[in-house]
Amino acid sequence: MSMPFYVSPEQVMNDKAQYARKGIARGRSLCALEYSEGILLAAENPSEVLHKISEIYDRIAFAGVGKYSEFDALRRAGVQFADVRGYQYSREDVDARSLANAYAQMMAHTFTNEIKPLEVEILVVEVGAVAEEDRLFRITFDGVVLDEDHFTVIGGEAEPIAERLKQSWQAELTLADALRTARAALAGDDRAIEPAQLEVAVLSRANGRRAFRRVDKAALEAILAPTP
Amino acid sequence: MIQAGTDFVALLRSWGLDPFATGGAPVPIPVSSPPITHATTICAIRYVDGVVMAGDRRATAGNVIAHRSMEKIYPADRHSGVAIAGAAGAAMEMVKLFQLQLEHYEKLEGVALSFEGKANTLAQMVRGNLPAAMQMGLAVVPLFAGYDLRRKRGRIFTYDVTGGRYEETDYQAEGSGGRDARTTIKLGWHDDMPRAEAIELAIAALFEAADEDSATGGPDPIRGIYPTMATITADGFEEIPEAEVAERFGALIERKRRQSNGNQPPPVPARRSRARTTEGGDPA
Repeated sequence: MSMPFYVSPEQVMNDKAQYARKGIARGRSLCALEYSEGILLAAENPSEVLHKISEIYDRIAFAGVGKYSEFDALRRAGVQFADVRGYQYSREDVDARSLANAYAQMMAHTFTNEIKPLEVEILVVEVGAVAEEDRLFRITFDGVVLDEDHFTVIGGEAEPIAERLKQSWQAELTLADALRTARAALAGDDRAIEPAQLEVAVLSRANGRRAFRRVDKAALEAILAPTP
Repeated sequence: MIQAGTDFVALLRSWGLDPFATGGAPVPIPVSSPPITHATTICAIRYVDGVVMAGDRRATAGNVIAHRSMEKIYPADRHSGVAIAGAAGAAMEMVKLFQLQLEHYEKLEGVALSFEGKANTLAQMVRGNLPAAMQMGLAVVPLFAGYDLRRKRGRIFTYDVTGGRYEETDYQAEGSGGRDARTTIKLGWHDDMPRAEAIELAIAALFEAADEDSATGGPDPIRGIYPTMATITADGFEEIPEAEVAERFGALIERKRRQSNGNQPPPVPARRSRARTTEGGDPA
């Protein structure tokens, strides 16, 4: 029987973190920002069926970047968590904070105990009755939860995009303005993103019980069409 | 950690929440126990755009009126509705579970279940309730109706206590006044009915059921309680505003009054019957 080489815990964690970051950096970024009616989520995603953004519960949405199979498994776990909790107590008792905590526990556990860390970064966002009650939680691959204000970005190029949003985001943006802001921030100065390359959804206070709606390609093209 | 299935009931069981648990050993309900609340007459009628569903508002417990304003028609999802007759507590729990199951599936898979799939899911739930129905008399008989987006028409399904699922082609009524409601619909139904005519027919059916069956509530203009009605078409589930239902009931009552004018037997004088009882002369 051979003795395994000793590797310091610090080294193990660094290697895992580096591995996870590399995986996440391969994919395109995604952002969420508040607008007048709620929260807009926009991602660069050429696929129309493999979604990065989806509905979790009445007022809660999920978004993930990185390895699709991994964040989709997290999404399903989130839907199950929310639906069971809503059945057990009431629909009002399902909130983004408890869901974000559950995700953080799960992801931190995987990061420390499994050989391969999750190559994903996720968002859990909740639209409130008023803008002050909107919640944006960002959860990293190692289970760190960040409570963000007004807008948040995940993915490989998160930092420059967040910097651009910091310059361009304003309170009470209309849907069209929010969408243009998100597109410009995701693209940067030296390229443009076609509507066909975007996946967009909103959590809107105007939508009734289930606040989540996808903005389909036709609607996107109509909104983003250059005004004559 | 993560289950691949979309079965919400199985998911609840894995969390230790069994919605059909009867609480261990079979407990037959003793004869002396308080009667269980029952919901009564419901009906569904297919018309040209989809289906109309209607239900009275009365719930009874034995021979007592338990509730006057109970809702028996619920949206199951955007394009289907479920109406309940039978033990009210178990029925409402079943509706809640059914709504959650449809939404759970839709969220996990990104698309809604097919209409056939929804009807089968409800059949499984009715069957799941069979032990409670047999041991404790908590039978639930739902009526499932809606608009099938693939076949582009309204569809109606009925169930028996064992989870048997039967598709009705045109209309159906269930509950204690179901028989009277069904007969009324049978006499008035024809293919390709417009919306207004289908609503009129459902209103007439509930009126006749309430006229014959003590457990079915009629329109209650004193408290402003009228049967709940909804239409389900390609545009989705839409409750018919109470004002419209009230107006149509008002018109029906007016018609009935006019029909019977002149043919009324003279009212029995009250004084004569009182005189008889004081004399004690009438053995009947």
